[in-house]
Amino acid sequence: MKWRDVIYQYDGSFDGLLCCIFESYTQKENPTAIVCGEDSEWSLFETRVIVTEGAHAERVGRSLRKISRDVLPLLRRVHLTCLPDKELAIYRFVAKLYREGAPYLTRLSDDAYQPLLRAAHHLSSEVELLRGFIRFSDYGGVLGAEISPKNRVLPLLRGHFAERCHDEAFFIYDHTHHEALLYAAGRSHIVPLDDFEAAPPGAEELAYRQLWRRFYDTIAIRERENPKLRINHMPKRYWKHMTEFQIDGSTLPSAQQISAQNMPSSTV
Amino acid sequence: MELLEKLTILADAAKYDAACTSSGAKRGHRDGMIGCTSSSVVGCCHTFSADGRCVTLLKVLLSNDCSYECKYCVNRRSNDTPRATFEPRELAELTIGFYRRNYIEGLFLSSAVLASPDRTTELMIAALRILREDYRFNGYIHAKAIPGTSPELVTQLGLLADRLSVNIELPSEAALRSLAPNKTKRAILAPMQQIRDEVIESKAELVKYRSAPRFAPAGQATQLIVGASGESDRHILNLTESLYARYRLKRVFYSAYVPVVENTLLPSLDTKPPLLREHRLYQADWLLRFYGFRADELLDENQPNFDPRLDPKCCWALRHPEFFPVEVNRADYEALLRVPGMGVISARRILVARRTGPLHTDDLRKLGVVMKRAQYFLTCCGQAAVPLRLSYAGVLSSLLAVERESLNPAQGEQLSLFA
Repeated sequence: MKWRDVIYQYDGSFDGLLCCIFESYTQKENPTAIVCGEDSEWSLFETRVIVTEGAHAERVGRSLRKISRDVLPLLRRVHLTCLPDKELAIYRFVAKLYREGAPYLTRLSDDAYQPLLRAAHHLSSEVELLRGFIRFSDYGGVLGAEISPKNRVLPLLRGHFAERCHDEAFFIYDHTHHEALLYAAGRSHIVPLDDFEAAPPGAEELAYRQLWRRFYDTIAIRERENPKLRINHMPKRYWKHMTEFQIDGSTLPSAQQISAQNMPSSTV
Repeated sequence: MELLEKLTILADAAKYDAACTSSGAKRGHRDGMIGCTSSSVVGCCHTFSADGRCVTLLKVLLSNDCSYECKYCVNRRSNDTPRATFEPRELAELTIGFYRRNYIEGLFLSSAVLASPDRTTELMIAALRILREDYRFNGYIHAKAIPGTSPELVTQLGLLADRLSVNIELPSEAALRSLAPNKTKRAILAPMQQIRDEVIESKAELVKYRSAPRFAPAGQATQLIVGASGESDRHILNLTESLYARYRLKRVFYSAYVPVVENTLLPSLDTKPPLLREHRLYQADWLLRFYGFRADELLDENQPNFDPRLDPKCCWALRHPEFFPVEVNRADYEALLRVPGMGVISARRILVARRTGPLHTDDLRKLGVVMKRAQYFLTCCGQAAVPLRLSYAGVLSSLLAVERESLNPAQGEQLSLFA
């Protein structure tokens, strides 16, 4: 008996996606697309709105956990990625997993599995890079940072910065996904926030930025200059939020200018 | 002198030190303290400088007012260059300010020799103590131990830092004698031995008492300058292997010699830094540590230097055709690691993926094997991975072409010297 073709519309959450899977198997429907939120695209197929229900999501979660403990964490991560049509990719993977069971998980090169692994890897790489590239500014005691990632990285950065800045209050604003991670006194929240503009930095903050920029300009060994290598490791799309590539209003003498001056040999 | 000027001078003076890691100490948040160490195996790269090198720590000298006269060093006593010294407190405050803003994972503190090794080390200890105790810093600290320092001071330094290094700099005693007469071999090796022993002792104590003081939990490293004196790659690699074995080092860093000084004993000022040679040495270092190679397998009396046109693993593979082809579906892990283009992660993935079914060439590509190199050395289910069987000369020229593509311009320039 052939399953009906439909389009699912869900709320964008991971549990919502599990509910879509639940609906598909209980109603014997085959989703040709799984979309999030209002989509005014006209389509041949019927669109069904799936309401997120905890019990349904839990049942699907249990069935996946029975196959292997590693499946749900992987799928959660894939759901955070920027893989196009990730919901459908996840659905197809789960369908294949149900059909073939646990041995499918060793077939790392399979066409329904490998793209998920690659997307998850891309997400992990971005998280790793951002851990280092995020720059905080001190706004009167509260640390604030801005990022424009491709994947939804805030849930994965949360734990790291909560530990690193344990006794501080900080926020990280994600320009791409319009959400912000807020942390204070041991508690963190990720909230939607349409737009954000940073307050102008204070004098101490400006001083530290200047010191960092000077440090950054000074440490490169001119004879080893290699712009291609630098971009390989640090893609240009991260540069706009990094202090060392920004210019604050005031004109500051560059490292070259200082060393060219005749400086008296003074100690301490 | 203003802080900005001091930072400029002392960061500029420290930049030839290649050490750049921030991994090895696993400390989570501690109550009342600021920060923690990186939990990742590879540490954390906060930025990359214009020369493409990773920056993870605030790398500075405490002072560049040196009383030694090492002929290759920009900070040598007789050089006319601006001198500066940090106040211990201002250095600590700078470190905390940078750390809070996520510019750095921690501090890398070295120093020129102010008056004497002991005096310098006392000042370093003062700065680190203020950082750890007054500012409650819990992040990463890498401290350089000055050759010739008294053992008691080395111990104190190790209790404040995560990693300690003593730079060997020159790969032979003869080179040391002529280029760095103030640093004797004994003065360098004695603290390395002491650090090795105290790290072992500290780990043993920790097994018994959880709150025993930790001495250099991230271990010990060192640095060798490549190209300042005439030693062969074989000499350097053998030295590296014995350093890892004898002193239990975590890393040996290589720093391509950048001429900053005119001297008859040193390469001329217009010599370009031997970046390609440094790159080959790092590749060989990885082969020693992760791929199960021995130094004498990579270089011997007949070949005392690396072939700059090919990476060391390809060279070994071409010299040992009897080892190949390796059957991907049956070979053990150690044999897979010997295949050019096969990394540790790809090999591990192959071991997992082949459990349920045989692997073919397309699968290997998806698992991350660099087929452009590996195809000449593998079979999948008995079938050669390369469509046409090539002679030795054919394989060599294909590998040379692949390698030329993959080198970056700075390294590729040096290749043209050998073409």
